[in-house]
Amino acid sequence: MTDSKYFTTTKKGEIFELKAELNSDKKEKKKEAVKKVIASMTVGKDVSALFPDVVNCMQTDNLELKKLVYLYLMNYAKSQPDMAIMAVNTFVKDCEDPNPLIRALAVRTMGCIRVDKITEYLCEPLRKCLKDEDPYVRKTAAVCVAKLHDINAQLVEDQGFLDTLKDLISDSNPMVVANAVAALSEIAESHPNSNLLDLNPQTINKLLTALNECTEWGQIFILDCLANYTPRDDRESQSICERVTPRLSHANSAVVLSAVKVLMKFMEMLPKDLDYYGTLLKKLAPPLVTLLSAEPELQYVALRNINLIVQRRPEILKHEMKVFFVKYNDPIYVKLEKLDIMIRLASQANIAQVLAELKEYATEVDVDFVRKAVRAIGRCAIKVEQSAERCVSTLLDLIQTKVNYVVQEAIVVIKDIFRKYPNKYESVIATLCENLDSLDEPEARAAMIWIVGEYAERIDNADELLESFLEGFHDESTQVQLQLLTAIVKLFLKKPTETQELVQQVLSLATQDSDNPDLRDRGYIYWRLLSTDPVAAKEVVLAEKPLISEETDLIEPTLLEELICHIGTLASVYHKPPSAFVEGSRGVQHKRLPGSAGSGESVDSPDTGSAAGVSEAPPAVIPSQGDLLGDLLNLDLTPPTATGPPPAPSSGMQMGAMDLLGGGLDSLLGGDLGGSPAMGAGFGAPAAAMPASFSAPVSGGLDDLFDLGGGVGMPMGAYSPPKTVWLPAMKAKGLEISGTFARRAGVIQMEMTLTNKAMSVMTDFAIQFNRNSFGLAPAGPLQVLTPLSPNQSIEVALPLSTVGPVMKMEPLSNLQVAVKNNIDVFYFSCQYPISMLFVEDGKMERQVFLATWKDIPNDNESQFQIKDCHLSSDAASNKLQGSNVFTIAKRTVEGQDMLYQSMKLTNGIWVLAELRVQAGNPNYTVSLKCRAPEVSQCVFQSYEAMLKN
Amino acid sequence: MIGGLFIYNHKGEVLISRVYRDDIGRNAVDAFRVNVIHARQQVRSPVTNIARTSFFHVKRSNIWLAAVTKQNVNAAMVFEFLYKMCDVMTAYFGKISEENIKNNFVLIYELLDEILDFGYPQNSETGALKTFITQQGIKGQHQVINITHCSSVRFIVSACGAVPYLLSALLMIPLHTFFLFSAFSAYQPSPFVSSDTVSLPVPQTKEEQSQITSQVTGQIGWRREGIKYRRNELFLDVLESVNLLMSPQGQVLSAHVSGRVVMKSYLSGMPECKFGMNDKIVIDKQGKGGASDEAGKSDLGGGSGKQSIAIDDCTFHQCVRLSKFDSERSISFIPPDGEYELMRYRTTKDIILPFRVIPLVREVGRTKLEVKVVIKSNFKPSLLAQKIEVRIPTPLNTSGVQVICMKGKAKYKASENAIVWKIKRMAGMKESQISAEIELLPTNDKKKWARPPISMNFEVPFAPSGLKVRYLKVFESKLNYSDHDVIKWVRYIGRSGIYETRC
Repeated sequence: MTDSKYFTTTKKGEIFELKAELNSDKKEKKKEAVKKVIASMTVGKDVSALFPDVVNCMQTDNLELKKLVYLYLMNYAKSQPDMAIMAVNTFVKDCEDPNPLIRALAVRTMGCIRVDKITEYLCEPLRKCLKDEDPYVRKTAAVCVAKLHDINAQLVEDQGFLDTLKDLISDSNPMVVANAVAALSEIAESHPNSNLLDLNPQTINKLLTALNECTEWGQIFILDCLANYTPRDDRESQSICERVTPRLSHANSAVVLSAVKVLMKFMEMLPKDLDYYGTLLKKLAPPLVTLLSAEPELQYVALRNINLIVQRRPEILKHEMKVFFVKYNDPIYVKLEKLDIMIRLASQANIAQVLAELKEYATEVDVDFVRKAVRAIGRCAIKVEQSAERCVSTLLDLIQTKVNYVVQEAIVVIKDIFRKYPNKYESVIATLCENLDSLDEPEARAAMIWIVGEYAERIDNADELLESFLEGFHDESTQVQLQLLTAIVKLFLKKPTETQELVQQVLSLATQDSDNPDLRDRGYIYWRLLSTDPVAAKEVVLAEKPLISEETDLIEPTLLEELICHIGTLASVYHKPPSAFVEGSRGVQHKRLPGSAGSGESVDSPDTGSAAGVSEAPPAVIPSQGDLLGDLLNLDLTPPTATGPPPAPSSGMQMGAMDLLGGGLDSLLGGDLGGSPAMGAGFGAPAAAMPASFSAPVSGGLDDLFDLGGGVGMPMGAYSPPKTVWLPAMKAKGLEISGTFARRAGVIQMEMTLTNKAMSVMTDFAIQFNRNSFGLAPAGPLQVLTPLSPNQSIEVALPLSTVGPVMKMEPLSNLQVAVKNNIDVFYFSCQYPISMLFVEDGKMERQVFLATWKDIPNDNESQFQIKDCHLSSDAASNKLQGSNVFTIAKRTVEGQDMLYQSMKLTNGIWVLAELRVQAGNPNYTVSLKCRAPEVSQCVFQSYEAMLKN
Repeated sequence: MIGGLFIYNHKGEVLISRVYRDDIGRNAVDAFRVNVIHARQQVRSPVTNIARTSFFHVKRSNIWLAAVTKQNVNAAMVFEFLYKMCDVMTAYFGKISEENIKNNFVLIYELLDEILDFGYPQNSETGALKTFITQQGIKGQHQVINITHCSSVRFIVSACGAVPYLLSALLMIPLHTFFLFSAFSAYQPSPFVSSDTVSLPVPQTKEEQSQITSQVTGQIGWRREGIKYRRNELFLDVLESVNLLMSPQGQVLSAHVSGRVVMKSYLSGMPECKFGMNDKIVIDKQGKGGASDEAGKSDLGGGSGKQSIAIDDCTFHQCVRLSKFDSERSISFIPPDGEYELMRYRTTKDIILPFRVIPLVREVGRTKLEVKVVIKSNFKPSLLAQKIEVRIPTPLNTSGVQVICMKGKAKYKASENAIVWKIKRMAGMKESQISAEIELLPTNDKKKWARPPISMNFEVPFAPSGLKVRYLKVFESKLNYSDHDVIKWVRYIGRSGIYETRC
């Protein structure tokens, strides 16, 4: 007899029949009926109508039947809370059953029923079960506390379950300990500041003892919990490591990875000259390699983690290159990851082998894999200088295959090789030019155009080649257009006589026919530069480019540190901090590696410094702004000109500098000058902001531009809160900063008054932000040009961009700032009004608004009251409009005005609002709907501030 | 932790759905079906994030198992759990198929309730589970034997005991590699293996109940008390898969052996076992102490007389005391009852490569290829390799193939784009050859043929790593049997893992 027959009942009167069977006297028949009900439940049929009948079957001695009924209850209790109460008595009675299996079953199931009324009744039985004589019941009760906490955290605290749970850490049974640890860790995650998991040497010792005895899963819970502990000194750290290392031989890969996590973290505290440190490093390699013989899914998890580990401690696996060679039958996700690690491990010693492998891979079938392999060859060339020549010839071989995507990928990497080794491999240009026609991807086209422009003097028909691209200028992607513009200007500067026509053509295409502000701006800049001072133009456009660095794709060091603390978890698989994919408060906590201990002995050895990670300079990376702006604590504060967008390689042109110019310049040129290429006063300077050379003195001019932009732009009447003191002089050795935020002509500004209340002169001001919720970052340096003498004040307006690194803050609009002067570095935090982030194009179409409003789930709607506001609805609407809150529609129902409004944040989040204004009633009601409901609170606060201002 | 667990058939219909956490809704079930099962392109990752919900999946034949979560869970643990879930299901009802899952859905729900609590994995040892799970597995009609699912070793074991095991062993490997430790036991296996390992009826007495709960939660969660056999017997299998990647010139690009020691124990009581092998570290240590070397004498199989081997890394079943291994490198444990995997290991040094493949590919013009492949066996002449298969890939535009081989049978399989050459048996130190002419259709495809590597499959009756079992001692102080009374069997099987030669 099999159970599959239950899946096949699809008759009409099914529910009736089942009802009759459930009420049958025969136990067997009842059991059959419940099974049928559960089968229907599984396939998604609604059998909630049978609730009372199923619950009636609950009172039975038969464990099998009882389990079936409980299964049903867990599914439907939530939809039938009133009925569920019927089951309470039986549950409570079962919690007293002489059979421990039934006691545990009852308390386990009760915890799964998320009905408030039931939870009230759960407390007493749970309290008893937590102290049950039977370990099976205790271990189940421990998890049940976590369940209850999820439903009603307050109740758990009030009832003192947390203390009982803490006591269970000292339980005699290892599985009870493990489950208690798991439950406590989970609860602690939602209370980041509570000292719930009070880890001290005694508890650690208990955990380490239980570690040897509990199930494989329990070992994982305990190890994951241990990883959150910070040992007091290197000795304690070593003794924990010694007791954890045996876990590296466990058959369960998750145990191994969690042990690796503990070791990687605690190793930070060990002095590097310690013998044990070396031993530990050696012990880590074999288990990591063994993970690669696990099932493919686990291999994938392992590889993603190894990728982090080799970035943090390359020495562990430096001799294990071969195990990362790709096997023909590996699933594609394993192949791609292995390739990444191969490049990270590539060195002079093994480069020959690596290259031979990569060449093999470049002939495989999977397009993504082949592309990555080709790119890898280029990265090898850049990383290991000795291999560059061989890499280039391999790439040329690959270009000869004429396989379209191989050729394109090869050209992209050859461009980087040119950047790294100028004047060395230009002989291959001829071969590259042969393939011009087959390039159809923007990145490859842009790379090729860059090469032609850069080496225009060596390519006889450079003008013809570029001209051929110009024909379809408007169909190209922005990347290619920008590149083409620059390349032709380069060509013109190199061969001015023959190419005048060409350059005029491209400049007019860029400035007059294009809607793209980046392109237009760059066009104007070149135009002015060329027409005023060709010599300066040459210096700017053909300036010597700095070499690109060796390592690319490195994870930013602070993120890497955090991810190391999350080895084995999803965060390490995604290479993202948990806050990026976990909702709510969980996982928002940021983990850090402990610093190196035993400072006495470690200071002398230069290596130890870098072990601490903190003093390690972030490796230079091909610019991508996110990587460069590290955590405040990690960066030596230098004026942002140095950390700001560094000279970009041509492919990165539109980054940094251009973003920064975007707002101000656009409104300025568009408004004042129309399309005319006439010169404006003081426009020479901004042109120097070309990516080719972005140096310190230039930024002065840049700021003038912003100031000008502010002046020319329409006074928008955007709300700006009054200045408040952010940094009192007491705390900052005499420097007082008060400030506010404002949005002027589409540019977010931080307006500050710096006052020197000290006795000495202050100079060398610089500013830096910590990561924040909306990626705010200074768009230029802090403009304090003259030294600030005692008792003097200066007003500074710092333009901000929103392209900085993002991290969710609590509260959302919190901004942590560091200001440096010649005396010291000072930290303060302030809150900005979110209205500052409302962008000018935040007006939604009516139709779209309607659809979006409906589309956003009702759960995301929040309602607020604004009290004591005496504006008419029109006045309110106007006032809000000034701050980019747009009224889309107005409706009057029974004397109540309903305003429908929309706004858009700089990061693209739309917020929809309904504002209800009743004539004569000073209390407004705002309903906010947004896909990211966490912003609602902030938006409401801004509403209040904007309206009452 | 795990928020929910779903099992789908190949069409994406839900067979089992169990939700543990409130943040996982019914729509998660559909999200996975739409985005992964019904996705047009190949699966690019075993972990998928859809709308802030993460899905972990594994596939067994055409059944999808997916674990779902919204938190930052331990990803390795989730996959280990999914594999474990498959093992438990296989132990209960055999192959994981739609039919078997439907037949056992009540059992699966009961299991899921027990081994995952609020998304936290609990005791998942089949032996322990069988003492208190009320449902029994229902096997499919043609499910006579269990096949362990692990893909690298297809090793047939019967569900019920020793007899078929021995038979299959006798058929598969020559007798002399199959030796006994205990003095002179007959090869005749015991017909009296008791079969009380089958799941028990639901316990009634209080003692029974508390015994179960303490066992399920205790230190030795994998074994229950009170097991009795009339005859105490154990079987050890050293199963190795040898992996090779060789360049066309015969240079070893990478080679490693991944091995497993699988034990079947039928021992009474709670026996304390100690396992010894020719681990270099142990032998060297003993050598210093002047102890005699047993390993050298007992060299019966294998191609070389290596005395000890260097093990790169090994992992153990949870019954092995890891701290003891870490400090003394001794392997001691109380084994689970029945079959389980005692250890896995990996070696890379001094591997005996049982076969060498020498390829020769010549392109004659644009429409013809000449392929010649020589294989050489590299082990003692007295040993026989079996189930030899050489797979020579052919280009996609192959129109015809002529094959001549000295030994075995060779066939061009158009559907697999390969010439498959099969040889039933081959002794050591021999050589055989195949030559083929491949005719190609002219194409204008610019892309060159990728020349996939030539792969090989085989089975040899020795351990290519050189591993030898030195002893397995059994102590059970409470019962009246000693180490000498236990009948012990050991055998070695070496198989090809990924054994490839580029051409």
